Amino acid sequence: MGPILIVTESTASGITDSTKECVGKAKELAKVLGTSTVALGFGPGAVDRLRRLDVNKVIAAEDGEFAVYNPAVCENALVQVVAETAPFLTMIPNTTMGLDLGAGLAGRNNIPLIAYCSDLQEQDGKITAVSQVFAGKLLARVPVPGDGAIVTVLPGSWPTGEETGDPVVETISGDYSSRMRVIRVIEPEKGDVDITKADILVSVGRGIESPDNLPLADELAEAMGGVVSCSRPVVDAGWLPKARQVGKSGQTVKPKLYLACGISGAPEHLQGMRDADLIIAVNTDEEASIMEAAHFGTTVDMLDLMPALAERLRGG
Amino acid sequence: MQKAKAIELEIAVVDGVELNGTWNRMFEPRVISEYDLSVLEEITNIPGAESLGYCYQCGKCTAVCPVDSVGDYSPRKIFRRTQLGISLLDSPDLWLCTTCRNCLRVCPKEVNMIDIMPAVREQAVLEGKAPAELLTAFENTARYGNPIGESARKRADWTKTAGVPVPVMSQKKAPVDVLWFVECYPAYHPRGKEASAALARIFAALGVDFGILGTEEKCAGDSQRMAGERGLFEMLAEHNIKMLSKYRFNEIVVTDPHAYNAFLHEYPKLGGEWPVRHYTQFLAEKLAGVNFVKGIKKRITFHDPCYLGRHNGEYEAPRSLLRALPDVELVEMGHCKQTSYCCGGGGGGMWLDGFTRDYASERLSERRVKEAVEYGAEILAVSCPYEVPRFEDAVKSTGHDGQIQVMDIAELMAYCMGLNEGLAIS
Amino acid sequence: MRVAVLLKAVPDLVEELVLDEESGSLQYDEMSYVPSEWDDQALEEALILKEESGAQVTAIAVSTGDVDTMLFTALAKGADHVVKITGDFDASMSNWQQARVLSDYVREQDFDMVLSGVQAIDDVDGQIPGLVAGFLNWPHASVVTEVRMGGDSKVLLRQEYSGGLVAEIEVESPVVIGVQAARKPPRYASVAKVRQVAKSVAIEEVSAGAPAGPAFADIQFVRPVAAGRAEMIEGDVDAVADRIVQILADHNLLRRA
Repeated sequence: MGPILIVTESTASGITDSTKECVGKAKELAKVLGTSTVALGFGPGAVDRLRRLDVNKVIAAEDGEFAVYNPAVCENALVQVVAETAPFLTMIPNTTMGLDLGAGLAGRNNIPLIAYCSDLQEQDGKITAVSQVFAGKLLARVPVPGDGAIVTVLPGSWPTGEETGDPVVETISGDYSSRMRVIRVIEPEKGDVDITKADILVSVGRGIESPDNLPLADELAEAMGGVVSCSRPVVDAGWLPKARQVGKSGQTVKPKLYLACGISGAPEHLQGMRDADLIIAVNTDEEASIMEAAHFGTTVDMLDLMPALAERLRGG
Repeated sequence: MQKAKAIELEIAVVDGVELNGTWNRMFEPRVISEYDLSVLEEITNIPGAESLGYCYQCGKCTAVCPVDSVGDYSPRKIFRRTQLGISLLDSPDLWLCTTCRNCLRVCPKEVNMIDIMPAVREQAVLEGKAPAELLTAFENTARYGNPIGESARKRADWTKTAGVPVPVMSQKKAPVDVLWFVECYPAYHPRGKEASAALARIFAALGVDFGILGTEEKCAGDSQRMAGERGLFEMLAEHNIKMLSKYRFNEIVVTDPHAYNAFLHEYPKLGGEWPVRHYTQFLAEKLAGVNFVKGIKKRITFHDPCYLGRHNGEYEAPRSLLRALPDVELVEMGHCKQTSYCCGGGGGGMWLDGFTRDYASERLSERRVKEAVEYGAEILAVSCPYEVPRFEDAVKSTGHDGQIQVMDIAELMAYCMGLNEGLAIS
Repeated sequence: MRVAVLLKAVPDLVEELVLDEESGSLQYDEMSYVPSEWDDQALEEALILKEESGAQVTAIAVSTGDVDTMLFTALAKGADHVVKITGDFDASMSNWQQARVLSDYVREQDFDMVLSGVQAIDDVDGQIPGLVAGFLNWPHASVVTEVRMGGDSKVLLRQEYSGGLVAEIEVESPVVIGVQAARKPPRYASVAKVRQVAKSVAIEEVSAGAPAGPAFADIQFVRPVAAGRAEMIEGDVDAVADRIVQILADHNLLRRA
């Protein structure tokens, strides 16, 4: 059986958590399947970044063409590495890089692809991939064929692996050039937030009572790494700009967490947020219709809860 | 253009009358407008929008336009702006009119916004100039048969909460007396569903032989037509006419005044002609047989729906129902009947709240709720499905929660008939 | 510049997903379908490209069901030409199979650029644009939010990464692009226009042979544990705050330093 190959991804602050999650899972699977793990990394400094990963082997592509991430160049390198190492599984974080490389590699090397994977389960030496489809409304259980597959893995699927390894390190170079060229990479502009792009929303409704209480929501959002959104009455009152409004006459959002504070949950509001992955509702009225849409609810006073929660999240 | 100059004749005789003297001083035919009228003509050339050109700017409409009372908008202003070269196609003015028909009531020149708005809006939709939230409502209607974007397959799910059998025509397989055309908000909106359940119980108690189309029904489409999607309206009308034609019934009863308007004036043009009544008209005729067992000791006021009142002249039926409720004190607001205010939901306004907010100091529904409170009303009774959600929201946003309740007439009537135990009248 | 836009229909999540719970198989015949929202974005970006630089836009769909309305809508919005690839296909056809059929067609035509939605909700086996690019061996970029023409038949792209980073990319055609979002919201095609187009313009039908087998033989679908009504967290403010922190940790939502 071929090894398990992990295509690693890094940002300015190092290897991504999603990559570390794949490394941890790969090690676990390799052990039961009796195979090894290989990590592939791109870009300057890849050797140094990957050197402590808990894998058997590291392959680094550091040279000129890899100075910045270029989907076509990385795909060319990956195609070659896969041809040479013949992995049983190729694991790639399901980010922009995963969407670039996973399907491209699948098509070029004629390897089946399982996207949006949230788990890999082993039984009797056979692997089943669990994939989130239909916007999370269904889970697909996909038996990994004997010849192996490519899986693109959703961030947050597993605990992160430890960086305590001592892998063999190999660097590759060659002509991976493409007709594609990256002109420049632009840092995000600091402007007002786009609530449709935030993973975490702290959303406030009439229960905020006064604009003087908005800093409580800001501080909580800050501590959670999210942004503040709101329901219509808050915009009508002029307390927050229209761009922050969730609902029929505002934005439709699908964050990973929607913390609804003091929002009753009019149908017009629910229309804009009911597809959030996780909804926690804070409302003194247990019968409020937001509780129908929420996964968790509480009736404590939002004005007390917000600072208490912020304190814990900052402290931890 | 030349300046006009004064002319004076030594002897002037007009129709045999001598007009010698200073009063015969007159001007040569003067240039009274030095405007480039091409923009105005571009609008008045759109079939349906001709009458915008008739405006002589008397301003009567401005005085009665509900939108002007919360903003800077009226038909006269539209005319003037267009005359000055601001195209209505590009102006936010185009989307503010709720087609409430109050301007047409007072206009000496019959500048008809009820024709102008859908015609010009249709052009704007074609040119990609319609607000996004309105287009979402159009897309939802085209896809699901309702503007809310709810599942078409769940259109009859509300009947499970009615507590009485609500026969669906495709299963009943027998003629009925009354085909009840339920419409979208009564089928999907939580408050609309409560009113529908109340009406179903009233029908059952009165022994009405009725049926609904269920999932075969789609939005009647009248507001989409007024908002500029005539093609969508026609598609919906063709569908509904086809479905209705499969069954035998004596008349259609509608919950929604907008549907009433469509069945009365628009569907016949497309080959769907049936007797139609609004549910308040239908029930008013049956009042003699109604057994009220409870009263409501409250001051109640009634908001006339634009499409039942001004558009179609029915002011009495809903009032006769309210007057019949035991213990009720019916008070009229200053704006009532022909001069009634508007909830802001008509003509596509229902789907333009986000857009409208930028051009209004408050919402029409808020203005109306304040008026009802001013008149001491404890219950604001309504008979159009757009209004319960709009006014209830306005009650909260104007800080009158707990002071005034918003109820559909069907809910109140069912309550007094002992059919609506769940209704909390506080 | 000839631009192909690949469109597909996906099950409508507003309606129920019809699942045979016992066998874990989806009942494709009983579901209703809507155009994939990302494909709408791809079409819009192609139409913007057409307006900017006179590109010729062809919308293509594999006939997995009723795709005619989707294609007529594309015409009403401004596509120059629409193609329906017919064959022994149905709604259960996988992305892998559709990508095969589409790449076979694209290969025979003279397209400079292929645009399609970066992903779709019904993906188990990956994303159409990446697969098509792989089958064609063309360069490919996903999560693209802008496509413009540069000089010398070069195409300029903006690709987005997490955290709001954006790359400007230049690529010589031909190229395949997975569109995340168009520069403007997709335009609206009025019902009257779509109906008029349906009466006056014909869809070009191209027949294709039987597709390759699916990549996976036996996929089982299950529903995740239903949420239903909110689970109420009891206790005072401190107890509730502690529990919420725990819930966030369970969902991997705690901010990492």
